Amino acid sequence: MTPVPLWVEAVVAALLVASGLSVVISAFGFLRLPDFFLRIHPPALAYTFGSWCVSLAAILYFSVLQSRPVLHPWLVIILLSITVPVTTMLLARVALFRRRAAGIAGTPPPLIPGDAGALAQARPTRHS
Amino acid sequence: MSAFLSNAIAFALGCYAVASMLVLIRLVRGPRAQDRVFALDLLYFHALLVSLALGIRHQSDMYFEAALLIAVFSFVSSAAMAKFILRGEVIE
Repeated sequence: MTPVPLWVEAVVAALLVASGLSVVISAFGFLRLPDFFLRIHPPALAYTFGSWCVSLAAILYFSVLQSRPVLHPWLVIILLSITVPVTTMLLARVALFRRRAAGIAGTPPPLIPGDAGALAQARPTRHS
Repeated sequence: MSAFLSNAIAFALGCYAVASMLVLIRLVRGPRAQDRVFALDLLYFHALLVSLALGIRHQSDMYFEAALLIAVFSFVSSAAMAKFILRGEVIE
């Protein structure tokens, strides 16, 4: 454990403050925007900028504190960058599918004609 | 640890708390199920950020494992709930 110099603490503090502000902004946008497809967008700010800032702060602080490169906070970033787009795309498809199923006006039609309830209709024939 | 770094960590933790409250309002109010699933995913993510910031505050490595576990649980639960509201069952 070596004492951490002041400039490192300043950089870590700036990264943490930036991450906190971006997370608050994204949560505010998530609360305020009127539609689900608009609401999906602001959390991307937190998922990328917020987590990158906190992980870089942790990497910098622990690398200086232990006098060796501490790189395992990268795992958090890598895992998030793999899983978050999957979750977001899945939820967007869920929202699109449920809007089509509910017949809400203004929903974009499916790309393949006649494919409106493809996922729901595929179920009976799936195991045959 | 100098005073302004611990102040910055406290500020970041307060920001995460405020953001979690805003997301919680959406979780309670959310018009449809997918809003609630997404809000729950965001709450998981805020817990991950809180545990990383607490790791810096307590100068401990153990919080990274907790953060990784929270990330994995967040993905699994959100994917399972999305599959459930899409198809009515999770594994078929």
